[in-house]
Amino acid sequence: MRTTWIIAKRDMGSFFASPVFYVIATVFLFLHSFTFLNLLDSFSGQSFQAERFLGQGMSLSLNEMVVEPILFNMAVTLLLMIPVITMRSFSEEKKNKTLPLLLSSPVHLKEILLGKFLACTGVVAMMMLLSSYSAGFLILLGEPEINPLLTGLLGVFLMSACFVSLGLLASSLTENQIIAAVLSFGLALFLWILGWGVENTSSGWGEVVAYISILSHLVPMVRGVFDTSDLMYFATFIFFVLFLTYRVLESQRWR
Amino acid sequence: MIEIENLSKDYGPRRAIDNLSFQINKGEVVGFLGPNGAGKSTTMNILACIMPPSSGTVRIGGHDVLEQSLEARKIIGYLPENPPLYPDMVVGEYLKFTALLRQVPRREVRASVEHVLEACSLKDVSGRIIGRLSKGYQQRVGLAQAMIHNPDILILDEPTVGLDPIQIIEIRKLIQTLAESHTIILSSHILPEITQICRRVIILNEGKIAAVDSLEGLTTTLRKGERLFLKVRNVEDDIVDQLQNIPGILSAQEEGPGEYRVDAELDANPQDALAELCLKRSWGIVELKRTALSLEDIFLKLTLEEKEPGE
Repeated sequence: MRTTWIIAKRDMGSFFASPVFYVIATVFLFLHSFTFLNLLDSFSGQSFQAERFLGQGMSLSLNEMVVEPILFNMAVTLLLMIPVITMRSFSEEKKNKTLPLLLSSPVHLKEILLGKFLACTGVVAMMMLLSSYSAGFLILLGEPEINPLLTGLLGVFLMSACFVSLGLLASSLTENQIIAAVLSFGLALFLWILGWGVENTSSGWGEVVAYISILSHLVPMVRGVFDTSDLMYFATFIFFVLFLTYRVLESQRWR
Repeated sequence: MIEIENLSKDYGPRRAIDNLSFQINKGEVVGFLGPNGAGKSTTMNILACIMPPSSGTVRIGGHDVLEQSLEARKIIGYLPENPPLYPDMVVGEYLKFTALLRQVPRREVRASVEHVLEACSLKDVSGRIIGRLSKGYQQRVGLAQAMIHNPDILILDEPTVGLDPIQIIEIRKLIQTLAESHTIILSSHILPEITQICRRVIILNEGKIAAVDSLEGLTTTLRKGERLFLKVRNVEDDIVDQLQNIPGILSAQEEGPGEYRVDAELDANPQDALAELCLKRSWGIVELKRTALSLEDIFLKLTLEEKEPGE
């Protein structure tokens, strides 16, 4: 466990030492702030009109009109950016020929994998933390419901962890970072759009596909529904993909 | 310290190493010698527990590399052919990381980093980014990384490759000081390196052991005859023929103007006859000496002889 943390710390350190993190974080924050201000502006415009014509004042839901869309926007932005965060995990180690250092140390492969996973999710958590100024802003100025906001953030974070595990899998397969990024982006996007057509089907397969799709578990959480079956889905997903990655790395040893 | 029995490794259909068996005792300095692709790096990777063997057993300090891999890895320091360096890290930070990774107790980390910085003369560059260091310094950081946890066994895969002559001498000196307190396995395809550092040589060729012996042993067992060097002042056309007529001399070859290489039967001692001939024909001896077979000759001989019966 100690070595897991040592590896995670080194990986995070190398993130913060490289310009990649700062570029990603800046772009992420810019997009987030832009959509946040846009949504806030349209919300205040509409509630102003509602007050004037209907006399209802603040009865428009801040959660529905600002919090939910901004969380979905954040999820999409992360979908685009996580592959760039995870692409280096194993690809760079292979390219720099540093993997023998980890493999010849008294460290279990599980610990290496877990360390990389923690480092990447840590970076994502850091980005989400930086963007949470907008939530604080809302709480200061308005009266959003806190619980849906929290489940929504948790949902987006768990989704990110799923994408991180996919990214690690892609990165373990190749020493080319671009291939790793494209592969993990494709996998993540596929899981995202898998849910699109499902609403119209009612067959057994439709239900299976709906269950696999990440959207069908993210949407309830963003809307404030906290269901342990969704948590189970995310946990199983992450465990399964990390297990696959573990097997890939192990089999590469034998070759 | 290291026991290898019937070790084989296949890469798909290709057999990289074939049925190796040897032992290395504590405190020994052993050289792996062989042409490129002979299986040196593969053997070392298996010893360092990076890849498992296809068959056979390897025990490091009594620990099997498959069954007790983590235990075995604790007593090994490994410098692969390409030093495993993170180019964006600072030297000191990197060494601290490797110390923690190698399970050096937390309160001893600082001391062991200081120690290897000192030992590998890296003090001046400890604050610099690895990617910006010269190849020689990077190699030394790689070596520092291998010895940070003061392992019993050091496995060094071509530690001097790609360095300039001065750097080679420095690294060699460092390895020689390390040899006083560690078991070292060193690979190289550069022969003088092995002769200077190692007391025992394992010659690998096409995945098989071509010879295991001490250096002196190798040179004597492989000497099937004696070689003499003769230099004269007055060059005549028939010198080579005349030399070959001396009893006991197998062959004579001109190596340069007035310089001849003479191969004689073992214990024939043809020096007297040679000198007599030179005096009689007044060629004017400048030099007459016995030359030992160099490791280079042995190496070529072994690796070529192996092939001949098969062809």
